[in-house]
Amino acid sequence: MMEEETFSTEGYLDMDLLRFTTAGSVDDGKSTLIGRLLYDSKNTFDDQIEAVEKTSKSRGDENVNLALLTDGLRAEREQGITIDVAYRYFATPKRKFIIADTPGHIQYTRNMVTGASTANLAIILVDARHGVIEQTMRHAFIANLLRIRHVILAVNKMDLVDYEESAFNKIVDQFKTFASRLDNIVDLTPIPISALKGDNVVDQSKNMPWYAGPTMLYHLEHVYIGTDQNHVEARFPVQWVIRPHSDEYHDFRGYAGRVAGGVFRPGDEVVIEPSGFKSKIKSIEDFSGPQAETFAPLSSTITLENNVDVSRGDMIVKVNNPPQKSQEIEAMICWFSEEKNLIPKGKYYLRHTTKEVKAVVQEVRYKININNLHKIEDDSDFGLNEIGRVSIRTSAPLLFDSYRRNRTTGSFVLIDLQTNETVAAGMII
Amino acid sequence: MEDNQIPSYRVNHLRQLESEAIYILRETAAQFEKPALLFSGGKDSIVMAHLARKAFFPAKLPFPLLHVDTGHNFEETIQYRDNYAEELRADLVVGLVQDSIDKGTAIEEKGANASRNALQTVTLLECLEEQQYDAALGGGRRDEEKARAKERFFSHRDDFGQWDPKNQRPELWNIFNGRKHHGEHFRIFPLSNWTEMDVWQYIKAEEIPLPNLYFAHTREVVHRNGAMLATSEIVQPQPGEKVETLQVRFRTIGDMTCTGAVLSDADDLDKIIQEVASARETERGTRADDKRSETAMEDRKKEGYF
Ligand SMILES: Nc1nc2c(ncn2[C@@H]2O[C@H](COP(=O)(O)OP(=O)(O)O)[C@@H](O)[C@H]2O)c(=O)[nH]1
Ligand SMILES: [Mg+2]
Repeated sequence: MMEEETFSTEGYLDMDLLRFTTAGSVDDGKSTLIGRLLYDSKNTFDDQIEAVEKTSKSRGDENVNLALLTDGLRAEREQGITIDVAYRYFATPKRKFIIADTPGHIQYTRNMVTGASTANLAIILVDARHGVIEQTMRHAFIANLLRIRHVILAVNKMDLVDYEESAFNKIVDQFKTFASRLDNIVDLTPIPISALKGDNVVDQSKNMPWYAGPTMLYHLEHVYIGTDQNHVEARFPVQWVIRPHSDEYHDFRGYAGRVAGGVFRPGDEVVIEPSGFKSKIKSIEDFSGPQAETFAPLSSTITLENNVDVSRGDMIVKVNNPPQKSQEIEAMICWFSEEKNLIPKGKYYLRHTTKEVKAVVQEVRYKININNLHKIEDDSDFGLNEIGRVSIRTSAPLLFDSYRRNRTTGSFVLIDLQTNETVAAGMII
Repeated sequence: MEDNQIPSYRVNHLRQLESEAIYILRETAAQFEKPALLFSGGKDSIVMAHLARKAFFPAKLPFPLLHVDTGHNFEETIQYRDNYAEELRADLVVGLVQDSIDKGTAIEEKGANASRNALQTVTLLECLEEQQYDAALGGGRRDEEKARAKERFFSHRDDFGQWDPKNQRPELWNIFNGRKHHGEHFRIFPLSNWTEMDVWQYIKAEEIPLPNLYFAHTREVVHRNGAMLATSEIVQPQPGEKVETLQVRFRTIGDMTCTGAVLSDADDLDKIIQEVASARETERGTRADDKRSETAMEDRKKEGYF
């Protein structure tokens, strides 16, 4: 049972933030689980619950359908499905959470990739009755591809298998055999739950005394994510140049951006890429005054000692560990467009950090059958939800790191030249 | 390689949200020709304007503040708006719903419950078109309402200003695609990932001054449709309606016709944060406009509402 928390404003001003995503097949219970997390951690409001009760009743649902807390669009509520990635928020005194609830059917891969791109942790749901199925492997593969380092394997609907320990163990073994090949997942935590009844979600289950591990919420509150950012390789993609043109700041030239990696301090020797000009950091400016340092993922403004030419799309880096610089990249991409398949040798806009260039997809190296993870080498037709490796040539050099080293400088999207739609997401190898 | 990182570089939730919002504001300035920041004088737009000030410091905001004024605003809101714009040295553009009504493009609702809330959409779209703004920054948050939970940071609108929730551009990492055809525009929501609580905590942490309406004060209210509305020239008690003078405050500030007061003795930020933490109703629970139907917000957003 959760005690009423005593509340202190001070603690609340200084919480950690954890972003996680949920993955599972249709009806595995993702929406119910999120509803349960919100409800049992007292993050729902009376008017929301009232509205949900009313809708549940009018639809003839037996239990109050907590999935309705997250299924917001008219079509979703009518059809009892989740259509688009929905973001949910809740907080405990320890952490603030951002959840990406991704739907389990049409456009599934696309939605999961989207939700996973900003997540620190993924909850992969499995129906205890069905065990690890093809789609479970697909979810684990995507989590790994997007470099999610922490995974909770949530074996759900334990109430439907009499809360049997053996059912749980069997699924965990199946999953581990497969996931051992996925080396970005460094932390795997299996938890037996019933999202519908609430076992081991927020409150420890009385039905599974054999389980001694943490509840889901406890784990979410305590999992250590401090090392997920790259604080070694300094990367500052310039977003915008600040020129006040005022008397007070007559010659001020500040380079605004969000640190993508590493630490910057006044006095640091830096290189402006792609020009290669060298300079020194004069100051790190902030509304509240000059700062001693800045680091990922803070938004900052940097001024330089000398007047070199710097504009949006350039990157300020440190002398001793530069990023790669090339017009040829190798990447894993996931195709997002429903309307158009990848056009071989086709041209696209490529957006990478704050830079946009034109790009040609030179060659499809292989696609991946995400149901068995086999490579498909003889089929270059790339359509919605497909994942594979391509080589790309760009109209101007990109400054990048491999996605494994840096999620910001290692990622990009492709945009259709005619429709302006985002057609693919890419991760540089 | 990755594991020799220094774990001491901790960034708490407010600084992460701030950094993200500033990033979005700068992307907006960089990717669009003529953005505007929708400023209502409510706490979310105040926080957004504060973040914009930080994002471009020491320069002025590279876009104007745009207020769609229904003519039904609290006097305090208008005063605050004018002062704040001056403090930021920002340009203030005001679009009047009354002008749309006079032109005949917006038709006023009738009766005691009449609200100009829906008419704001007409005036907003007219303003965007007349002034040729191609991006409008809004203070909407995904936690406010179910339909908003599906909203993107960069939300594409067709040339009628409409939102198509089933056909939105995927947003990954922090790459935002603001490409558009002529006549189309974007709504941009830098506070997407903030909750009501985050906004209050940030206001406290940054010591941002707010209109007095947010703090507990004594006021005459009329009970109408389960809400308590402040009485005024615009909200006049009807025969049979109960009028009381109570200690209240407002959790959101919109039109006087649809913004309900809550009973409260929270007269400073700490007390408000305590109150928000123990609240049993969403802040939109005090808004009559959202109570009209289960999907009221989705329907209004599709039409081009904020
Ligand atoms: N018995 C049982 N049913 C569950 C459990 N979790 C979810 N369900 C039911 O499974 C169905 C699908 O759940 P939903 O949350 O919509 O699945 P989603 O498609 O993954 O979002 C609903 O009827 C739920 O009530 C559980 O732990 N036990
Ligand atoms: Mg669902």
